[in-house]
Amino acid sequence: MSKRKPYQREMNNDWWLKNAFYSKYMIREGSSILITLYSLILAWGVFRLSQGEEAFNAWLSALQHPISIIFHLLVLLIALYHTITWFSLAPKAVDLYIKGKPLDAKFIVAGHYISFIIVTIFCLVVIML
Amino acid sequence: MSAQTMPAHSTMANKVIEVEILRYRPEQDDNPFPQLFEVPYNPDMSILEALQYIKDHLDSTVSFRWSCRMAICGSCGLMVNNIPKLGCKAFLRDYYPQKVKLEALANFPIERDLVVDMGDFIKKLEEIKPYIIPATDDKCLSEGTYKQTPEQMEKYKQFSMCINCGLCYSACPQYGLDKKFTGPAALALLARYNRDSRDAGSAERMKIVNQEEGVWSCTFVGYCSVVCPKGVDPAAAIQLLKVESSKDYLIGMFKPD
Repeated sequence: MSKRKPYQREMNNDWWLKNAFYSKYMIREGSSILITLYSLILAWGVFRLSQGEEAFNAWLSALQHPISIIFHLLVLLIALYHTITWFSLAPKAVDLYIKGKPLDAKFIVAGHYISFIIVTIFCLVVIML
Repeated sequence: MSAQTMPAHSTMANKVIEVEILRYRPEQDDNPFPQLFEVPYNPDMSILEALQYIKDHLDSTVSFRWSCRMAICGSCGLMVNNIPKLGCKAFLRDYYPQKVKLEALANFPIERDLVVDMGDFIKKLEEIKPYIIPATDDKCLSEGTYKQTPEQMEKYKQFSMCINCGLCYSACPQYGLDKKFTGPAALALLARYNRDSRDAGSAERMKIVNQEEGVWSCTFVGYCSVVCPKGVDPAAAIQLLKVESSKDYLIGMFKPD
């Protein structure tokens, strides 16, 4: 008779706290919650704009509240973290070969940063003008 | 033995490293329990050699798998301080003088001590049609072999280096949470065949890729590629398959077949 009795270990809810790699992954993925909130605030501004100048100005002044400023700085920080981690992973999803050799990962990462800077400057110019 | 040689030997023998093994004996135990061993320390000693020392000198009932001792058979995978490693490729010097905690590979059922049941992993490897499916099966042997250029080989070579050790499944929280996920090694092997110029079975395999349990259960944790002892980079294979799966979906919208 078989004495087999495989033991299945449970995976606890705190699995992502036991390994720094998993914790960083959860912060990267969790950043989406804060970025969603930021997008909702922005969308709310567009909605207020449709209601007229007074409504939009009320929304603008609400953004100047210290809590709002702290929240936006936090979102900026977490969005930058997401961007940096995402760019470092980008080479894994790229399938480019030059003369039969895979394209070096550092060129792909650098390409992302260069596009990021160009788009940021373009947006700033459009907003400022 | 002469008295002069004693000091040298005794200083070597004094160096001891503590090795804690999570034991599980199915015929006696309901739950695994830790057992501590003291192993003579030597900087060039691998974890696997420490296990062999324990089995030969301290407790012959400790069970673990091993074969080649040179990171090619993929048998000796285990958790070393909660990180999936090959026992033959991890060394005591990287842990000494701290204690080393050994446990069976995570996410797999423990069969006994450090031996896991890899049945589910093997089943998944078989499911992805890991063989070349030629475009036509009426090519005669006398017509010769299927030729391939070094450039064509470069496209899949990395994904063919897998030794089926299972470390990536141990490192994958998505597999830990949902055993239906096809998983890193099997998907890397699938990519290996889909990217092979001699193969024409992509359409069949894309059915597996496109499923929820296929590539879309992967959330790109990326730890599989960190722990892989052969540099296969299964995370990259899966992300490339996600691109293929998206293309498949878009083409299917305009050209259903």
